[in-house]
Amino acid sequence: MLGLGKKDLGLLAAVAALTLLAPFLLNPFPSDSSLAQFNAGYPDLMQRFVIFGIFAIGFNILFGLTGYLSFGHAAFLGVGSYAAVWMFKLLTMNVIPAIILSVIVAGLFALLIGFISLRRSGIYFAILTLAFAQMSFALAYSVLTPITNGETGLQIALDDPRILGVSATADGSIPVTHLFGLEMRATEILNLGPWQFQFSAGYYLCAAIMLAAFYLSIRIFRSPFGMMLRAVKSNQQRLYYTGLNARPYTLAAFVISGMYAGLAGGLLASMDPLAGAERMQWTASGEVVLMTILGGAGTLIGPVLGAGFIKYFENIFSKLNDNVLHGWFAFLPDGLENAVVAIIHPFVGKGWHLTLGLMFMLVVIFLPGGLVEGGQRIGRLFRRKRGSEERAAQQTPAE
Amino acid sequence: MGLLDVKDVNKRFGGLQALGDVNLSVAENSVHAIIGPNGAGKSTLLNCLVGKLIPDTGSVMFAGRSVLGRKPYEINQMGISRVFQTPEIFGDLSVFENMMIPLFAKRDGAFRMHAFEGVTQERGLIGEAEKMLDEVDMLDKRELHAGSLSRGDKRRLEMAMCLIQRPKLLLLDEPTAGMARADTNNTIELLKTIKNKRDITMCIIEHDMHVVFSLADRITVLAQGTPLVEDVPENIKGHPKVKEAYLGEAA
Repeated sequence: MLGLGKKDLGLLAAVAALTLLAPFLLNPFPSDSSLAQFNAGYPDLMQRFVIFGIFAIGFNILFGLTGYLSFGHAAFLGVGSYAAVWMFKLLTMNVIPAIILSVIVAGLFALLIGFISLRRSGIYFAILTLAFAQMSFALAYSVLTPITNGETGLQIALDDPRILGVSATADGSIPVTHLFGLEMRATEILNLGPWQFQFSAGYYLCAAIMLAAFYLSIRIFRSPFGMMLRAVKSNQQRLYYTGLNARPYTLAAFVISGMYAGLAGGLLASMDPLAGAERMQWTASGEVVLMTILGGAGTLIGPVLGAGFIKYFENIFSKLNDNVLHGWFAFLPDGLENAVVAIIHPFVGKGWHLTLGLMFMLVVIFLPGGLVEGGQRIGRLFRRKRGSEERAAQQTPAE
Repeated sequence: MGLLDVKDVNKRFGGLQALGDVNLSVAENSVHAIIGPNGAGKSTLLNCLVGKLIPDTGSVMFAGRSVLGRKPYEINQMGISRVFQTPEIFGDLSVFENMMIPLFAKRDGAFRMHAFEGVTQERGLIGEAEKMLDEVDMLDKRELHAGSLSRGDKRRLEMAMCLIQRPKLLLLDEPTAGMARADTNNTIELLKTIKNKRDITMCIIEHDMHVVFSLADRITVLAQGTPLVEDVPENIKGHPKVKEAYLGEAA
């Protein structure tokens, strides 16, 4: 079905189920409990999960398959965001034209940067892409202010033309982004006892697009084209002497992954119509590298897991402050309570990067294949256990 | 005129004359060996044939077309395949995938954006790949990581990858280098089968006299970048010039 094998279809179905049920799955704690702060099921964060999932899936097509480590992928995300916001300013608040334009613009930009950077490989390629991205960031911040609105960031305003839409709504406020009339911020709230679940139109649009992007990436992974990309990573010399030109293959992969980044950027702007230069900064480029490696580079589901993992940490762990910690350890004697809080303090709140860094180190050292490898190892452990039980069961009647 | 004609090829690396006035003609459907002591310019010559190096002067014609200035992948598309001294395969891919890539290259050319087709739908090519794997006795290793194969298996896989493209000319760069006697004999047998079964021309660079004399129809002896003699194996064996330059050195 859908041109996928049984295993891939199962994976796609699992991801579909997870994304559709995310509002439930991510809100396991009643909203009045003390654990409610670990709930991640609010629209803003869920949108981030899937949008950065798209970003990482695209990055993985380049890095996971060809092994070319781009350190400037955030540039395409930023360009996509700007393109989308300009569409909102000039044409309409409908998200479809904005998303399409952001993908096209990011693709063209990737074609340019890829054409130049792919003349080199390895560390030189990484440095070239990093240089381009930092250049874009610096330009967006300064010289290109008429296009990017510099430090303030590009926003929509009341006096934008919006040829196909309205400059301002009837009550004089700035119109909101919508999909043929369905507002992206529209949210249904379902109260079930103490639990509260939120279903946002914006999230479901992003989730649907992510599923499409994920499906596309599976198809690419299983196609002859994907096999060629893995061959590029494995042995370029053999590839050339087998009658294949690696350059157009790597360039195509670069452009495709740039378009994925542009799509993510366009979606970010569609959920919240503003775009700032900081989206292109090298830390943002580094983040997607981290996501992909943490989840498992070259695997299908890894980047999505990595993106979710990092975004969860960024948004949830960073909110744990000392007050919360004191609340948790209030049962301890005062001195001990303060000591425990002091020990944990550097790892949470503003220090969440420390926890993330430690986890990243642990994963890279002990699970080079990322979280996916961790999952596979656990899976194998269970299978072995079950296998030995079965063997034991078979042996018993023989006695 | 042969299938491959090398005329007056010169190649200089700084002060070193690596190739001096090399003339060589490889006849169609023959096995032509190039032998010579270390540093004789055998590998340089081979690199000039496949587009890795460009000679300073001279011409290299293959089936009536010049190969000079063409990229390695273009030369392969013309019908020349190359086996390396150390087997060059796609180590991260499965044995089966290693066979599919040359098939795609042969069918679709140097680049094709087939991103929405499935590898598993290519029934015809899969059949061809399996047939070839069967021919080199590796069908049972179909799903193995090519990188995990033994050296001998890697060599056989590489040859299979070259042969499946049905090249007009197969270039072999010391195909038995670093092999144990048994593996060497297996390789000789494999090459003999290939020679008998197909219309193929082979050009072998080799150190091992045993290999050369069991396979070659014609032998060119290269010393210090220039061909000393070219003749049939029987005449090469006792040739005084060859003894002096090559066999004599070993004795």
